[in-house]
Amino acid sequence: MSTRLPKMPGEWIDRSTPVDFEFEAERFQGFVGDTISSALCAAGVSALGRSFKYHRLRGVLSVANHDVNALFQDGGRPNLRGDVVPLRKGMCLAAVNTFGGVKYDRARILDWLSALFPVGFYYKAFHSPKSLFPFWERVFRRLTGLGELDFSVQRLRTPKRYDFCDVLVIGAGPSGLSAALACADAGAKVCIVDENARIGGSLTYQRGGEDRASALLHDLDERVNRHPNISVRPGTLAAGYYADHWLPLIEDKRMTKMRARAVIVASGAFEQPAVFHNNDLPGAMLASAAQRLIYRYAVKPMQSAVVLTANDDGYEAALDLRINDVRVDAVVDLRGNASSSAAAKLAQAGVRIYSGHGIHELRSKNGRVGAAVVCPLLANGELDVARPEIIGCDGVLMSVGYAPAAALLYQAGAKMRFDETIQQFVPDTLPSGIFAAGRVNGIYALEDRLLDGVRAGLEAASHAGFGAAAATPVARATGSPNHPYPVFDHPKAKNFVDFDEDLQLKDFVNAVQEGFDNIELLKRYTTVGMGPSQGKHSNMNAIRILAKLLHKSPGEVGSTTARPFFHPVPMSHLAGRGFHPYRLTPLHSRHESAGAVFMQAGVWLRPEYYAASGKSKVEAVREEASAVRNRVGIIDVGTLGKMEISGPDAAAFLERFYTGRFGNMKAGMTRYALMLDEAGVIIDDGVVARLGEERFYFTTTTTGSANVYREMTRLNTLWKMRVGIINATGGYAAVNLAGPRSRDVLAAVTRLDLSAEAFPYLAVREGEVAEMPARMMRVGFVGELGYEIHLPADGAGFLGHTDPSRPRPRHPAIRCRGAATAAAGKGAHHHRAGHRRPDDADRGRNGLGGENGQTLFHRPAQPENRRRQETQGATGRLRAGFR
Amino acid sequence: MKLLRCPINGLRPVSEFQYAGEIRPMPDPGSCSDADWTDYVFNRNGAPGIKKEWWLHLASGIWFVAERNTATDEVQRTYLHGEDPA
Repeated sequence: MSTRLPKMPGEWIDRSTPVDFEFEAERFQGFVGDTISSALCAAGVSALGRSFKYHRLRGVLSVANHDVNALFQDGGRPNLRGDVVPLRKGMCLAAVNTFGGVKYDRARILDWLSALFPVGFYYKAFHSPKSLFPFWERVFRRLTGLGELDFSVQRLRTPKRYDFCDVLVIGAGPSGLSAALACADAGAKVCIVDENARIGGSLTYQRGGEDRASALLHDLDERVNRHPNISVRPGTLAAGYYADHWLPLIEDKRMTKMRARAVIVASGAFEQPAVFHNNDLPGAMLASAAQRLIYRYAVKPMQSAVVLTANDDGYEAALDLRINDVRVDAVVDLRGNASSSAAAKLAQAGVRIYSGHGIHELRSKNGRVGAAVVCPLLANGELDVARPEIIGCDGVLMSVGYAPAAALLYQAGAKMRFDETIQQFVPDTLPSGIFAAGRVNGIYALEDRLLDGVRAGLEAASHAGFGAAAATPVARATGSPNHPYPVFDHPKAKNFVDFDEDLQLKDFVNAVQEGFDNIELLKRYTTVGMGPSQGKHSNMNAIRILAKLLHKSPGEVGSTTARPFFHPVPMSHLAGRGFHPYRLTPLHSRHESAGAVFMQAGVWLRPEYYAASGKSKVEAVREEASAVRNRVGIIDVGTLGKMEISGPDAAAFLERFYTGRFGNMKAGMTRYALMLDEAGVIIDDGVVARLGEERFYFTTTTTGSANVYREMTRLNTLWKMRVGIINATGGYAAVNLAGPRSRDVLAAVTRLDLSAEAFPYLAVREGEVAEMPARMMRVGFVGELGYEIHLPADGAGFLGHTDPSRPRPRHPAIRCRGAATAAAGKGAHHHRAGHRRPDDADRGRNGLGGENGQTLFHRPAQPENRRRQETQGATGRLRAGFR
Repeated sequence: MKLLRCPINGLRPVSEFQYAGEIRPMPDPGSCSDADWTDYVFNRNGAPGIKKEWWLHLASGIWFVAERNTATDEVQRTYLHGEDPA
């Protein structure tokens, strides 16, 4: 049975484009512009899903992105929110939380057994006998969890982009739109976002049976879209607030990281349900939900309605129902003496108005609302159940108040206070550059919201540097749209506070009795607000209930912490591209052609060993080691940090930076250098070569190079010594040539005198290698004759020049070098890859020396380095004292 | 993401910067007592408040000082070392 209404002015559906889809093996048709829920409702389906815990039938509640009992699975896509996800052609939908479909869900029996599952039952039961726990665990694992993941789905890639604006306005309702216009008129570049498919906010659905709102919307829409300073972005969710006005804007297939100078939060308010028996039956919904169905999707939400209200908006919703062919049987007003023009109109039309009454319970018929039981309110706020009046209807509207959609304000650090007059949390102090306007600011009348928007717009523009804020604050109304306690007890309970988690009033009473009487504890024990809607329709009532139980005000009870994201954001929007950059040495292509197997060493790719056909890794490594021992090998050490330091204070600087003495070094010599932190722990090492009186070249560990260079620049910011420091790591290739025949290999490519007299151990020489300028150091790390050769990165092909008649150097790789250095009984620190610090053997060892060769014994020239070494000695003594 | 003002490059996203700890004056290592030195090396003051910190603008290699309120994460001012505003 179709409940689609005749064409509605401003409707969001496109009737010329039908959309076919399937829901639980039945075929349906909706229109482009429909959501899943609106299309199903239009087809007369009122039960859209089953609740999480008791598997009760549920239908539309809010149509505002917290109908979490109407979650659908579409192939590999789980948990589509029916109230906001656009209908697409060919969707094959099923409700997520059922065993066998919505109608005949086998788990519906849990509703009858609900007495066995009181709040927190899983904290108390299943502990004994212990052996049964895995059984229960499996049972509950099967019962809980929503939707099914399809692990074979393709990876979704969503683009990310950066954007900037002067003022970001969140929420394109009347407050946000007028704020954007005021801002833009002052000269600011404004971006206005709204999570809904179209702008307009409450103007699109809260009409009160008149055309005024749609006329106003038409005017605002035209002005913002024409304004050169305004970028209008519907279908865009401001998902969170991060420091310095940095917000992720989520669209269907894109995330924009927006940086603004100022932010106006005009996010409105969430309408809140009343709590009474069976308030969750399909057909019972928030008044705004019914209005959204009517005006956005042209769906008739029910045939005949009872409207429960505690504000004038309820009467206006009743008028909206009436002019759209819904019979309004009664308006039940929790207030005693309300009067408004809408109320007068309804009374005139013969609608029965029950002032000072409430709904005791709803009765069901054919799986949805069948009747409302209305009772008068007593002076103590409870219902006089002795005088019930049963009113037949197939739908109930709840219009008892709102809670501010203030999540972004909380995240930005706003302090909120509870305003007793309007019974709402309102901003008390806002952080710099954050402004609130409209309902989230506690302003409800339409004219006032427009003015409040202008006020916030001017303030934000002024903050961003455009004009002076001269607007006067808008006073909050003296009447409250929010009922202080729309909660009613019932002997059979099933009066739901949280529709995500099936929490009833008694669950809160129990939790408080058990001592969980703080809002944060209450939340965690009952799980209120922890479901997919994150408390959007339950937190405020939970606060009111706790406040009443503790005889406090909601302000004293306070609210729980709001964290990003405001609505769920798909993982695909957050996931990056798996971008893992790594560095290649200038010799990389040579390693490749030599059959190298590479390993990651910090940010570098280095050869682990060279695979030769028919040989295992171990064999290959052994052969390389033996080549170094008996003939010659060559290893790429281009990953080492390579620094140059020059200037009159260069030697003094190094003496302060490393532990050793460098002032007494002769030019043309090298010296091992050790770097300690203040506690005397070795943090880096290398070889320092003195090229001239004021010129040094030195190496650092592979992974330490960036940090060592940074630390040098920092210290010289402090010391202000006369030196220049260059990080030349990428500028040079470096190889270590080692083995008894290394001299023969090198002699073939350089004219330099390599004799032991002319080029002794620990000397450094500058000359040409393969016709490239090169620095050669006679240092050994494997106990064999060896040379470390540094040459410009683009000249690293010198190996090609080796004379074929000479012995060919083998490439020992990392594994081999580890073996060779161990055999030589020496540390391999500054060649070993993958460590930020020197070798495992040395890491964390103190700088007093002993195991690692003579170099450690250098007496530091500088007192602070002496102190560093002594610090280790001092702690040694300390430890001895504890024995 | 936070913004931080480099004294040379102006306001930049914090991902361009590296934090390098609180600026703590070193006692004279040649003359201070072991107790003073040990205190300097091993003890840190974690109490929230306005701290002078080392920050590096990675892209340009500029070291500077940021005075940051570690309770509120608000940076009061930034300047080059040795150029402290009065």
